[in-house]
Amino acid sequence: MTDSEILVEVRDLKVHFPIKRGVFLDRVVGHVKAVDGVDLRIPRGRTYGLVGESGCGKSTLGRALLQLTPPTGGEVRFDGVELTRLPAGKLRTMRRRMQMIFQDPMSSLDPRQNVESILTEGLQTHGIGADRDDRRRIIGETLDAVGLPRWALSRYPHEFSGGQRQRIGIARALVLGPELIVADEPVSALDVSIQAQVVNLLDKLQDDLGLTYLVIAHDLAVVKHISDVVGVMYLGALVEEASSDRLYSEPLHPYTRALMSAVPVPDPDVEDRRERILLAGDLPSPANPPSGCRFHTRCPWAQPSRCKDERPALREIGGSRVACHYAERIASGELRPHGVSAQVVRPAGEGEAPTAVSAPTEPGSYV
Amino acid sequence: MALLEVDDLSVTFARRGQRTVRAVDGVSFSVDAGQVVGLVGESGCGKSVTSLAIMGLLPKQPGLRVGGKAVFDGTDLLQLDDRSRRDIRGRDVAMIFQDPLSSLNPVIPIGLQVTEVLARHRGMKGEAAQKEAAELLDRVGIPDPRRRLKEYPHQLSGGMRQRALIAMAVACRPRLLIADEPTTALDVTIQAQILELLKELVRDSGTALVMITHDLGVVAGMCDTINVLYAGRVVEKARRRPLFREPRHPYTVGLLGSVPRLDAGRGERLVPIPGSVRDVLAWPDGCAFAPRCARRIDECVGEPPELSLTHDGRGYRCVNPAPVPGTVPPAGTAAPGATAATVAPAEAAEPGATPAPAGIAEPGATAAPAAGGVAGPVPAPREEEKP
Repeated sequence: MTDSEILVEVRDLKVHFPIKRGVFLDRVVGHVKAVDGVDLRIPRGRTYGLVGESGCGKSTLGRALLQLTPPTGGEVRFDGVELTRLPAGKLRTMRRRMQMIFQDPMSSLDPRQNVESILTEGLQTHGIGADRDDRRRIIGETLDAVGLPRWALSRYPHEFSGGQRQRIGIARALVLGPELIVADEPVSALDVSIQAQVVNLLDKLQDDLGLTYLVIAHDLAVVKHISDVVGVMYLGALVEEASSDRLYSEPLHPYTRALMSAVPVPDPDVEDRRERILLAGDLPSPANPPSGCRFHTRCPWAQPSRCKDERPALREIGGSRVACHYAERIASGELRPHGVSAQVVRPAGEGEAPTAVSAPTEPGSYV
Repeated sequence: MALLEVDDLSVTFARRGQRTVRAVDGVSFSVDAGQVVGLVGESGCGKSVTSLAIMGLLPKQPGLRVGGKAVFDGTDLLQLDDRSRRDIRGRDVAMIFQDPLSSLNPVIPIGLQVTEVLARHRGMKGEAAQKEAAELLDRVGIPDPRRRLKEYPHQLSGGMRQRALIAMAVACRPRLLIADEPTTALDVTIQAQILELLKELVRDSGTALVMITHDLGVVAGMCDTINVLYAGRVVEKARRRPLFREPRHPYTVGLLGSVPRLDAGRGERLVPIPGSVRDVLAWPDGCAFAPRCARRIDECVGEPPELSLTHDGRGYRCVNPAPVPGTVPPAGTAAPGATAATVAPAEAAEPGATPAPAGIAEPGATAAPAAGGVAGPVPAPREEEKP
């Protein structure tokens, strides 16, 4: 793959948040390593899916990629330009080319701005469109692209249903003509039947406009459906990266296996037949991650040597990248899984709240 | 006689100056001991209100009207006075809520919240209650239960909180358990743990379980009988396999078509249901799903369709149901003026239920060996459905 085909390249990205204690003089007592050394490359026109459970750092990675959260270390190259050291003004002009779609359209749209004003704001900031009519034309085309009617322009976010609001969010990202769109849980706040509409819309927009996506979601089925390549995160690091078909047919990392086996499939025949790998306990705290392989505390294949002391690096195995010392021996069946006792995990006030995975709600939809 | 017979349950909320809302409209289902019954639907379909009405937990406010019957073991739960309802609730009928953080009291230790149930219904006190509570926590898989008893909800992780809530619900070995979206707030790996725990409870103690969820995948692995709700009414009810193999109501077909499947190939477009839950027709004016339905015909509007029950306990509320895969639909029911309408459902049925079940089984079959030759926990063997 040549360099020009790679739109985004992330090298050893780290985002650490300090934990502060004290009343007057804040003492830094530790760091939450939300993202701790991630490498990934997103080819132009493709979709990279990022999955993981809440608190694994996937959202932080997405934000750090757009420099919405300043990274602690590492590099982010967007179309050859190193973003982490770019001055603020230059960064702002770059932002036109990379946009974000947020999870909850209700809280990411200003309730006091109508749709036209929401869409015009970005155009004005970046000086796109010669005059008002020109901007109107651009906005009109964007509305058509996301499937919203023209009368939507004069309405306010609360007047729309959840699916339509998400379309407004997509329109806001799209109106600037970006190349990269980072979609953070784009469908998880929506009802099942509406999810499919938005997923199909994202697919169609990619076909029409040649967009590059980074889709972040906890729902493996959604991510697998829209992504070309999927990266699985666990406690701030990628544990496996593979093409979406391969990830399902041949998961190599023990965590990916467990994750895949835990996702319910709406088919009784499949559900009855497949084996579940139940993980013991919860995700350890990212403020105090386990030594060595982060997953060794819950891994049914963990070995007494290496796993505890040596952090595995991502390495290439048959087209996938896996961070596991024993991936080949597990795949061949040489290593057998064993029982793991659950360890107590403290939700010590850091990480995402348990409500991060929100139920589909459409407030007032039945009134 | 089933353990719980819900008959023609309806809940309306009336407010002055606003349209009366029929949240639940003539819902009937029954649950036997050891059986898992699912209520599936999207937000606003009335599934949670149904459970709250059965439990008598709807806020007492003027304008609330609950009609119909919910007969539990011979007594109508809806007719009980508060005192006798409190006696039954927690002892014979218990509930698990969606969000464990907001349904546990944050200022009371877990232990006290568990022993409260034991003290109220089983008259246990002091050390005996503590011991029993610790055993309950241990049973639902909370490590080091003795210490957990002294801790507060915020000190536990989301999965542990949900386990504590389940421990409280099963403290008196209830005969009926209602679980309202028990895993929606949890991650998939934790969800798998909790679902396995619920399955175990049903298998070991013969508890009847009413499972309320929006996730068709959860339903496919758990429930014996499934009721699909739309706009407050049951639009389709069937046993598990027939529902997924031959969905008849266009809404069920649409739901199955709009869920991306883990075992599907890349590039298959989803078939969404157009419109949103807001685009409903009031039931008295016809089928509520008609505005979004691909199989709409003229008869859909005007008269609400009846729930037609067939011999094996399945039924659907539709005048123009999706054809059973592999059969030719009767010529008379073909939609007039809409060739697209007859084609669309065929497509819609595709990802969820293609004619040959063998075709569906294929990815699963390849998945099983891929998952490993693994001696992990094997799912509970299920009794096979009667044809």
